[in-house]
Amino acid sequence: MSDPVVTYLVAAAAVLGALAVAFAVLLATAHRFFRVHVDPRQEKIEEILPGANCGSCGYGGCAAYAEAVAKGEAAPDRCTPGGPECALKIAEVMGVQVSGFLPKVAVIKCQGSCEYTGDRFRYVGEADCRAATATQYGQTACPYACLGLGSCVRACPFDAMVMDEATGLPRVLEEKCTACGTCAEVCPKNIIEILPKEQYVHVLCRNKDPGKAVRQVCKVGCIACRRCEKVCPVDGSAVHVNDNLAEVDMDACINCGKCVRACPVNCIGDFRQLRKDAQKRAEADAA
Amino acid sequence: MNVGYVELAIGSILISNLVLAKFLGLCPFFGVSRRTSDAVGMGLAVVFVMSIASAATALIYRHLLLPTTPEHTNLLGALGLPVPEGGYVLILKTISYILVIAVLVQFVEMVLRKTVPTLYRALGIYLPLITTNCAVMGIALLNTEAWRDPANGLPVHLATFNGFCGGVGFLVAMLLMSGIRERLAELPVPKAFKDLPIAFISGGLMALAFMGFANLFGIAV
Repeated sequence: MSDPVVTYLVAAAAVLGALAVAFAVLLATAHRFFRVHVDPRQEKIEEILPGANCGSCGYGGCAAYAEAVAKGEAAPDRCTPGGPECALKIAEVMGVQVSGFLPKVAVIKCQGSCEYTGDRFRYVGEADCRAATATQYGQTACPYACLGLGSCVRACPFDAMVMDEATGLPRVLEEKCTACGTCAEVCPKNIIEILPKEQYVHVLCRNKDPGKAVRQVCKVGCIACRRCEKVCPVDGSAVHVNDNLAEVDMDACINCGKCVRACPVNCIGDFRQLRKDAQKRAEADAA
Repeated sequence: MNVGYVELAIGSILISNLVLAKFLGLCPFFGVSRRTSDAVGMGLAVVFVMSIASAATALIYRHLLLPTTPEHTNLLGALGLPVPEGGYVLILKTISYILVIAVLVQFVEMVLRKTVPTLYRALGIYLPLITTNCAVMGIALLNTEAWRDPANGLPVHLATFNGFCGGVGFLVAMLLMSGIRERLAELPVPKAFKDLPIAFISGGLMALAFMGFANLFGIAV
C-alpha cells in the first residue's frame, strides 16, 4: 500500500464521516423542531387494525380511523373486517368497554334471475355494471334490477362473492363476507346493502314502479299489494310499503317469516335457514 | 456540449425516459400503476424527490467530489485537505449520493408533516418508499453523464431542472401505464397472463413505441 493511496482513503473516509455527522445533526435538530406529537395509543391501534384500508369504518383508511379513535372521536367497534376481536383489543388500548359487536353482512336486494326477468336489449360493451348503467340505465327489463355483469364480484377484496352462472345473479358467501361495504359502493344500482346478520327477513326487490308495471318486467318484483303489511303480527306492522315498494323495519321486525309466506310473488327472502346451517357448520368445524 | 433547458426537457421526458428507455424505477412503475389516482400521487412524489435529490447531489458532486476547476472550487481543497487527481469521485460518488438522498427525503418528510399536513397525507406512504428507488439514484448519477457535460457534470440549476424533467417523464409513463392497466383489468386476459405478466408485455410495447423518439430534434441521447 503506497502512501498517497492511504492518505486519500483516510481523507475519503473522513469526508464521508464528516458528512454523516453533519446530516445526523441536521436530522436531529429537524426532529426537535418539526416534531408532531403522535399519541402512542394511535400507533398501537394502527397495529391492531387489519390494514385493508377498505373504509368501512367511515374514515379514509386505517391510519385515519386509528387517529380518530385515539382522539376519542370514534367508537372502537367500527372496524367490520377486524371483527369483535379487533374491537375488544382496541377497547383495551383505550381503556373503555365495548358493548356487543353487531356482525353485518352484504345482502343483495334483487332476485331478477334469467328465470324471472329478461333484457330490453342486447348489451355489447365493457362487461362492467357501471358502464352498462351508463347505457340507458342498463339492459335489464326492470330499470332497478341487477345487471349481472359482476362488478361487485370483482370488487370484493375478500373473495366473498361469486357469480351464480345459472341465475346470472351474484351470491354472497356469508362466511367470508366482512361487511366492508366495497360491493355496496361499487353497485351502480344500489342493490347491495350492508345489514345486521341477526335480521333474517329482507324484501329482495328495489322496484318503485306501480305493481302493474312491475308484473310486466319481473315475475318476482314487489307489486305493493300490502299483504305483508296485513299479516305482520307486530303492532303497527314491521313491514311498510312506501313508493310502491315494501321495506322491512329492522328495529320492529321479529323475524317470524309470516310476510315471507304471505307474499304472492315471493319477493321477500328469509335467510334464517341459510345462516343457521352456516352457524352449525362453523360450530362443527370448530369442534 | 452546452446543454440548455429545452434539450434537457425533451431528453429526459421523451428520449431518455427513465422508465421506458432506461428501465429504472420499475418497481413503483408496475406496483402502483393499477389505479390512476395512485399513479398520479406516486408520480408527483417522484417529481418532488427527484428535483431535490438532483439539486443536493449536484452540489455534492461539484463542490466536494470533483477537484477544483475554473468553474467551481472543491470545498475540501479550499479547507486544505488533500484532494487526489480525479477528486473523490470514484471512491465516494455512490455512497455519498445514497446518504444525501436518504437524509434529504427524511428531512423533507419531517418538515412536510409539521408544516403542510394535507400534502404529507396526500403523498402518504410514497415518500419513504421512493427514498432509495433506483430511478432517483439513477437520475442523480445521470446528471453527471458524459453527454450532458463531459468534465464537470451539470451545474446545480440545470441538474435540478433535469431531475424535475426526469420526474415528469416518470409521471407521464405512470399515467399512460395506469390508463392501459385499468382497461386491461376488464378485458378477457388469459389467466396465466393476468395482472403483472400482461402489464410487463404492455410496458415493453410502450418502451418500443418510445424508441421512436430517439434523436428527436437532433438531441443526442
